[in-house]
Amino acid sequence: MNGIPFFPEQASKAAHEVDLIYYLLTALTIFFSLAVFAGVLYFVIKYRAGSKVDRHHPPSHNMKLELAWSVIPLFMSLAVFGWSAKLFVEMQKPIPSRDALEVIVIGKQWMWHLQHPTGQRENNTLHIPVGRPVKLTMISQDVLHSFYIPAFRIKMDVIPGRYTTMWFEATKTGTYHLFCAEFCGTKHAEMIGSVVVLTPEEYEQWLKDNQWGMQSQQRIETMAEQGAKLFTRLGCNGCHAPGSEGGPPLAGMYGTQRALTDGRFVTADDNYIRDSILEPQKMVLSGYEDKFMPTSPGIEEQQILQLIAYIRSLKEMPAAAAPINRNEAEG
Amino acid sequence: MSAATTSQHKGSVNYLNCDYSLKSWLTTLDHKRIGLLYLIAILIFFLIGGSMALMIRYELLTPEGDFLMSDTYNKTFTMHGVALIFFFLIPSIPAVLGNFLLPLMLGAKDVAFPRLNLLSWYVFMAGATLGTIALVAGGVDTGWTFYTPLSSTFAHGAVVLAVSAAFVAGFSSIMTGVNFIVTIHMMRAPGLTWSRLPLFVWAHYATSLIQVLGTPVIAITLFLVGVERAIGIGIFDPKLGGDPVLFQHLFWFYSHPAVYIMILPGMGVISEVIACFARRRIFGYDFVAYSSLAIAVLGFFVWGHHMFVSGQSMYAGMVFSVITFLVAIPSAVKIFNWTATLYKGSIHLTAPMLFALSFMGLFTIGGLTGLFLASMAVDIHLHDTYFVVAHFHYVMVGGQIIAFLAGLHFWWPKMTGRMYPEGLGKLSALVTFIGFNLTFMPQFILGYMGMPRRYHSYPEEWQVLHVLSSAGASVLAAGFLLTIGYLIWSLWYGEKASANPWGAKGLEWQVPSPPPTENFEGKPIVKEEAYHYSPELHEEEKEYEHV
Repeated sequence: MNGIPFFPEQASKAAHEVDLIYYLLTALTIFFSLAVFAGVLYFVIKYRAGSKVDRHHPPSHNMKLELAWSVIPLFMSLAVFGWSAKLFVEMQKPIPSRDALEVIVIGKQWMWHLQHPTGQRENNTLHIPVGRPVKLTMISQDVLHSFYIPAFRIKMDVIPGRYTTMWFEATKTGTYHLFCAEFCGTKHAEMIGSVVVLTPEEYEQWLKDNQWGMQSQQRIETMAEQGAKLFTRLGCNGCHAPGSEGGPPLAGMYGTQRALTDGRFVTADDNYIRDSILEPQKMVLSGYEDKFMPTSPGIEEQQILQLIAYIRSLKEMPAAAAPINRNEAEG
Repeated sequence: MSAATTSQHKGSVNYLNCDYSLKSWLTTLDHKRIGLLYLIAILIFFLIGGSMALMIRYELLTPEGDFLMSDTYNKTFTMHGVALIFFFLIPSIPAVLGNFLLPLMLGAKDVAFPRLNLLSWYVFMAGATLGTIALVAGGVDTGWTFYTPLSSTFAHGAVVLAVSAAFVAGFSSIMTGVNFIVTIHMMRAPGLTWSRLPLFVWAHYATSLIQVLGTPVIAITLFLVGVERAIGIGIFDPKLGGDPVLFQHLFWFYSHPAVYIMILPGMGVISEVIACFARRRIFGYDFVAYSSLAIAVLGFFVWGHHMFVSGQSMYAGMVFSVITFLVAIPSAVKIFNWTATLYKGSIHLTAPMLFALSFMGLFTIGGLTGLFLASMAVDIHLHDTYFVVAHFHYVMVGGQIIAFLAGLHFWWPKMTGRMYPEGLGKLSALVTFIGFNLTFMPQFILGYMGMPRRYHSYPEEWQVLHVLSSAGASVLAAGFLLTIGYLIWSLWYGEKASANPWGAKGLEWQVPSPPPTENFEGKPIVKEEAYHYSPELHEEEKEYEHV
């Protein structure tokens, strides 16, 4: 049976346990199907019309038996649910690691655009190192897409207007399929590519090989550097520069709780910053009711992600440069 | 209920021969004729949807796109889904067999609202016409799920026409549901208490509840898609200030229960057929009856299992996952109870019984593979792959269509007054079972390998599995065509059927085949429970020629 593959490769940390649950469910399916099949076959043969067997007093019901075959499968189901839910939570939760590689993914009809934090861009191919947690922050420019790597057993929808994230850690070098799993129009079947898992050394080499800009001899900038330039070009620094009174200071605010004028508290995450750039009046920070922040018409998803990278990088700036952050004091 | 052979009127006036004019058919208020009108309508859509399935499988013979590509392929699978779900599966058993049989099983002259019943057929035909226009006017390339914002903003097909078609057809479904609920409550013959109802009636009661409660939601949802597309009011497209995931919540709030609209009536058919040909009262009648209601109720709280990777909250996902595991239990109970019904029975392997046993096998696999998709961690991998396609077809084709065929064969003598050829019937049951498994078993493996759905091209290493599946599809198609062929043949050349060729219990078998327009002479009185069979007595009697 050389021509018929049965299982995809296990190339991520989660793949093995997903497969274990799959094996368990397959075993249960085979067991119950065979049990029903055997039961039907046995009765059909034994009680076929005309056979001389005892047919007296056929039971109309049997409460104990019926409860048994309701409750036992119920507990089996709940056990599978529990295991599967536990693994699901583990797969969704950030992998606690300081050196996670954070790559951004932009889906559009019909291609994947990716950018590494160090600035390297790629289309439809993702190069990553083995054995290092990878976090994808994903958004779509148009319709729904879904980022799917079968060998890693992971998939996440890529939605317009909102970031979704996905975590994984590759365990085996090689080249694997990358598919768009959510139907996205005409060339859905061509929105495919590959994930290339490299050794850490190869990945460093790959980054070096790709650190030069297309035309210029200049080194490419990291996402945060690109964001910093944009920050100035769009005039954000007019109000948000350290020491400025116009808008809330940004250094160190990433990940903190923000008190809004309407009394809500929100976490300053990627989606919060994105919303605040695109719709400044949607979530106004407490104390800034009378301030007006202009929008930046025509800003692209890629640019928003660069601004976010820049704002996040401000966290590591020397504290002396930033004024006292009232929100951090609260949180 | 006494033996039925007495009331046989050969050559007498019945609902078919009372008036042959076209006008008499198009203005009929007779539930039996309306059932047949539905049968003709859905047969057309079965053939349209089925031939599209064959075109899809033909394209997938090779890894490259060569027969249907991009837009054409996308339109083909979209119309395959729309035609078969909205215009075949949803009306199949309720509108055809349900319409024909409910009043007969209840001992009534007709349904509660005969005019509403005819109107429902006309509304259905209006929806069907819109659907056909959408197909001719360039087709739709959104998938039958109409996910936004692709459908509302980006797709370039006749989306508004297609959603209007489903929107209009939905009203026919609601009318049928209301009609059945009132009929079951108000029109039961004296003595026919709830605990004496055939399980077919229980299943249709549960189905009707879902139709009435769920269908308005899909109507509103599709209307909103049309509004966003036609006049740009932002509801689902983030560019217009909408939320694309909202659509999925609304869509699946109806469309998951709709799966039970499609499968519950099939379960009702299986209960009737197994009881008759095992000559046994259904084991654990109460459990089987209430499990239909349990499925109908729980079915409304599982929609989020379609959305584990949609960006929905992880905790919401857990709730939907656990309820999905729960809804599997009543289905399992039915399978176990049907198996136990065979115990100490007197089993006749007629064609309807073979279809029923085939249903049990295929539905068991279809149901259990649903648990893979209910398991959140496994669903991350399987969502939107061929595993879902295979699971869905095991339930919808292996379950519902096979049950429809079981019912169609079982009540064919009653509906037409003719017997179908028994040998060919058995052959058809066998061929469809083999063809079906060959088509969809390889798709489970493809899905686990990672083959995404709605792709017209795929990596080379999966070709063998695709070829197997396409080969199975042609066997399955041969089985279906054979069935349609001999059923039509039997309308003219089939042996004349007696009132009760199977020796079955149930009020519908006490009237002649085909029944007279008014169904019963006088009001029948029910004095015994459903399925008052007696296997040991039956072994001695041998009075029915066809079992």
